[in-house]
Amino acid sequence: MSELLTTEKENETEDIVDAYTKQEYKFGFVTDIEMDTAPPGLSEEIIRFISKKKNEPEFLLDWRLQAYRHWQTMEEPKWPNVNYNAIDYQNIIYYAAPKKKVTLNSLDEVDPELIKTYEKLGIPLAEQKRLTGVAVDAVFDSVSVATTFKAKLEEMGIVFCSFSDAVLNHPDLIKRYLGTVVPYRDNFFASLNSAVFTDGSFCYIPKGVKCPLELSTYFRINTAGTGQFERTLIVADEDSEVSYLEGCTAPMRDENQLHAAVVELIAHKNAKIKYSTVQNWYPGDKNGKGGIYNFVTKRGRCEGENSKISWTQVETGSAITWKYPSVILKGDNSIGEFYSVALTNNMQQADTGTKMVHMGKNTRSNIVSKGISAGKGQNSYRGLVKVLKNASNARNYTQCDSMLLGDRCGAHTFPYIEVANTKSQVEHEASTSKIGEDQIFYCQQRGISPEDAVSMIVNGFCKEVFKELPMEFAVEAKKLLEVSLEGSVG
Amino acid sequence: MIEIKNLWAKIEDKGILKGINLTINKGEVHAIMGPNGSGKSTLAQILAGRETYEVTEGSVTFKGKDLLDMDPEIRAREGIFMAFQYPVEIPGVSCTYFLKSALNGIRDHKGQPPLDAMEFLAMIREKMDLLGIDQNLINRAVNEGFSGGEKKRNEIFQMQVLNPDLAILDETDSGLDIDALKVVASGVTQFKNSEKSVIVVTHYQRLLDYITPDFIHVLYNGRIVKSGGKELAHELEDQGYDRIKNEADSALPVEESIA
Ligand SMILES: Nc1ncnc2c1ncn2[C@@H]1O[C@H](COP(=O)(O)OP(=O)(O)O)[C@@H](O)[C@H]1O
Ligand SMILES: [Mg+2]
Repeated sequence: MSELLTTEKENETEDIVDAYTKQEYKFGFVTDIEMDTAPPGLSEEIIRFISKKKNEPEFLLDWRLQAYRHWQTMEEPKWPNVNYNAIDYQNIIYYAAPKKKVTLNSLDEVDPELIKTYEKLGIPLAEQKRLTGVAVDAVFDSVSVATTFKAKLEEMGIVFCSFSDAVLNHPDLIKRYLGTVVPYRDNFFASLNSAVFTDGSFCYIPKGVKCPLELSTYFRINTAGTGQFERTLIVADEDSEVSYLEGCTAPMRDENQLHAAVVELIAHKNAKIKYSTVQNWYPGDKNGKGGIYNFVTKRGRCEGENSKISWTQVETGSAITWKYPSVILKGDNSIGEFYSVALTNNMQQADTGTKMVHMGKNTRSNIVSKGISAGKGQNSYRGLVKVLKNASNARNYTQCDSMLLGDRCGAHTFPYIEVANTKSQVEHEASTSKIGEDQIFYCQQRGISPEDAVSMIVNGFCKEVFKELPMEFAVEAKKLLEVSLEGSVG
Repeated sequence: MIEIKNLWAKIEDKGILKGINLTINKGEVHAIMGPNGSGKSTLAQILAGRETYEVTEGSVTFKGKDLLDMDPEIRAREGIFMAFQYPVEIPGVSCTYFLKSALNGIRDHKGQPPLDAMEFLAMIREKMDLLGIDQNLINRAVNEGFSGGEKKRNEIFQMQVLNPDLAILDETDSGLDIDALKVVASGVTQFKNSEKSVIVVTHYQRLLDYITPDFIHVLYNGRIVKSGGKELAHELEDQGYDRIKNEADSALPVEESIA
């Protein structure tokens, strides 16, 4: 997103930068390595604390510090079509160790609203059971605490573990790939993440191996006030294949929580990576209070020829979503795909899309974006298709559809197309439809309630994306839309 | 089955129905005919619960209950079905899924357990054969890209599956060739029995050659201006609507006949 950033830089306010640099030692404290939770605030000291806590090798600490120093020179982006109150980066806790015991002893301790939502979604709280047949690497707070199916994967030479474990056990791989797709200078939130990330997932598929399981990570935010800075790195070596699922449900929160993850994917020659996300962070209440700020940098690089990276996302949560899963098509004949459903209801805001950068010859990209706005939700699609000079015969097809429910919501489309090769072909189609009163009436006349009619029509609208999702994810995504749209008709 | 008393309705400020009276008993087939714009679809849509139209006066009793008080989906579950003059497309939603949801909504209302996918498919198979509807068609999205004939057949197919007490067919014959017309008509004939009622709205009389109505009503300018037995259809065929129009117009107060 760096081009987008620099082209639309505005409001040269030094305030923010000042805030970090000047206040750095205001919170002076003695870092105690025994502490489970760091005090709020960000400084080099905190970064050293995190790195030490995690027994990291020197190169990683250096990288974090470089990122931090660079971040201090940057400004928070203003170009996304979203509004929110300024984030106080000195009021965030950047490290919290996992709780030893289970956070909650019984369902009675869980927010009843959340339980209701889970029930509607058909998710038993023992989520892992639901995921039978799927390897789960659950991230509770900032440190991974559970990894399953590891043995089976290990037999095949697949590495699937927490990022922290990978740093300790596969430092060579981390050193080789970290920051090669999303450099620490990339953008404000990616730099911040690079400086302070606490954990995430790592996955390496060796040459010629097709991963037999859908790899899945469940992210959760559990400690109040803990910013989440995950880092995911997936490397698919030559002729390998992997499908990765990322999903999340977050409990009710009163305070806005920043979530600034970075995901890097690398596909070598003939390799395929499919990355699917169902994102359901707490969106805030009807008035927009609370809710997660989801500022994520996701990018893949089709390094080798004939490689393929496919992003599928269903975004229903978060107060604010700022997210552009992208593909750099470097290898000849490589393919990048982006299938997205983004729903905004009530006061939710989403500015999401993708970036396809065609570098190699005969590269292809396919973008299908479905935006649904209800309530006062604001939904923006922002996509860049860039064809570089050498990318002969590159082809892109973009289809960008918006659906409006009601007349207080909005849909916006910002396509950016830059083509430097005359033998390439870029197609863009866009549509905006209002969910039809006649469609709802037709359903009602057949005995279907208006609520069910709306979710049926919306699901139909999203079908092209849902069919890209793995089966059980598709089912969940449908239910999620239903729950998210509740109360948006009538 | 249904009793419509002095029904007046308007849209925006335009009066469309101007005092409709109509009683339909169990087992009867009534045809409503009339020139374009006379209010036939409006009447059908009001019975189905369309909120675009505002009922300003009158009452409708369906199986002893106040129909106008019910939401459209409740009317459907209570046993009213309307075959649309212009069936609506619902992209991405398969006919099977749509119909199964509809059927299970109705079953639930009647206190019946939902049908699972297998039971449902077994149940619709027979009706599909009858109407010449193949698997490909019902795997497609509801009405999306359907030909005119396919849309109409699909409406009748839905009627058969949902098995209402009162079926209202709004110009289900228009745009059909003679073969399709016969298929649709036989679908209706199969459906009707001594427990069911049918309202056939049509502009032409040719459908009535295949579905014999017990009564025919001519709707003109928001009023039923003539009622009779099935022979009325032939009278209309011979003379067109002009005579009825003229008679009706001359019976009206002057200012309304000009308007
Ligand atoms: N949605 C609408 N908005 C405005 N006028 C309408 C609407 N629907 C019907 N009308 C008017 O009401 C009258 C009756 O229409 P309609 O019931 O469709 O007649 P028919 O089905 O007999 O051809 C016509 O004059 C038509 O223009
Ligand atoms: Mg009509």
